[in-house]
Amino acid sequence: MTAKPCLTFLLMDPPFESARTTTAFRLIHSALAQGHDVKVFAYEGAVSLAFARQAAHANGVHGRDAAQEAHPLTREWIAFLQADAGARGARLEWVNCGLCVDERGVGETVPEVRRGSPVDFLKMVKESVNTLVVPTR
Amino acid sequence: MQVLNIVDQAYRATVEEQDDTVLWFTQVLRGAEANVALLLRGSAVNYLVFRQDAGGLAFGAWKQAQPPRVAASIVALLASHTPVLAVEEDLAERGIRTSDCIAGVQAVPRAKLGEIVERFDRVWQW
Amino acid sequence: MKKNYLIIVSEDPLEFPATRRAGDLALQLKQCGHEVALFLVQNGVLASRASASADGLSPIFASAIEVLADDFSLRERGIEFNELRAGVAPAPIDTVVSRLAAGWNTLWS
Repeated sequence: MTAKPCLTFLLMDPPFESARTTTAFRLIHSALAQGHDVKVFAYEGAVSLAFARQAAHANGVHGRDAAQEAHPLTREWIAFLQADAGARGARLEWVNCGLCVDERGVGETVPEVRRGSPVDFLKMVKESVNTLVVPTR
Repeated sequence: MQVLNIVDQAYRATVEEQDDTVLWFTQVLRGAEANVALLLRGSAVNYLVFRQDAGGLAFGAWKQAQPPRVAASIVALLASHTPVLAVEEDLAERGIRTSDCIAGVQAVPRAKLGEIVERFDRVWQW
Repeated sequence: MKKNYLIIVSEDPLEFPATRRAGDLALQLKQCGHEVALFLVQNGVLASRASASADGLSPIFASAIEVLADDFSLRERGIEFNELRAGVAPAPIDTVVSRLAAGWNTLWS
């Protein structure tokens, strides 16, 4: 089987703040579903996407307890996408900008997320057929 | 691979980050010898004004020791032979005169942006 | 050399002047002879109703530039496919990935 091209995405938004986060995850999911290997460089607020201590909560306005509310957590999205990639024989590489992690105190991440620098992003770009930067506003 | 970084936002979290994080990112890429050029448009053209001063912020006993020096980032990029371009009309609309600006930046007319963009292999809007 | 450009517009063109800049760039690149498409997503699809006012993207809608609107974003905002302006076609997000994989220069405006 011919390997499909690798795609790189750079994300900037933290969780729970922008619709761009959902769109970015939809793109990553689509890329994996289409059989591509995917590399993600999380910059600035996006380093919190993988923070292991995100926790779901109940919602009194919705009248739901935590289990019923089933609040989306981006750390779970990453974990599901990693599992999904594995099941498809694709690879999802997720790298957090280390300095961004330090200043936000979000070093505790879900597994398979490593820290790096913009130089790692450059390497990802060179190893990919294309790159999309998802800017923040 | 020739890359064009387009920046149109300005002063987004620059005090907290002590920098414009996209200019900083561009500096790191240049340090890794990437062929990157910078295009400033919209609010970001104000980054060319050499009189910017974000110093003096204090909250109680906390005083900012290292305020952002965005103009210095532009100067550093120019010194590393990074092409820095800015949209002429965006400067004019904000009343920014050439005499207000760091030297060495290439002003480009808005109508010519397509011709600029097409020169690059990768174009990233930040 | 002819290139392909995909410009993603995610903000409401009626609210954000930056979307006009995206449209201007798209037209310029088209005039330079390149293939150009716009992908409206999130609030960017708010410009896509046939009954919407003129906005920064109006020149695009009047041009030969391909305009696609994310089907999820349309549904999320209750915009039915038969309400779309002429020249705007609903498309899945997969389209962006396909174009990326095919080498389209993709900018998120």
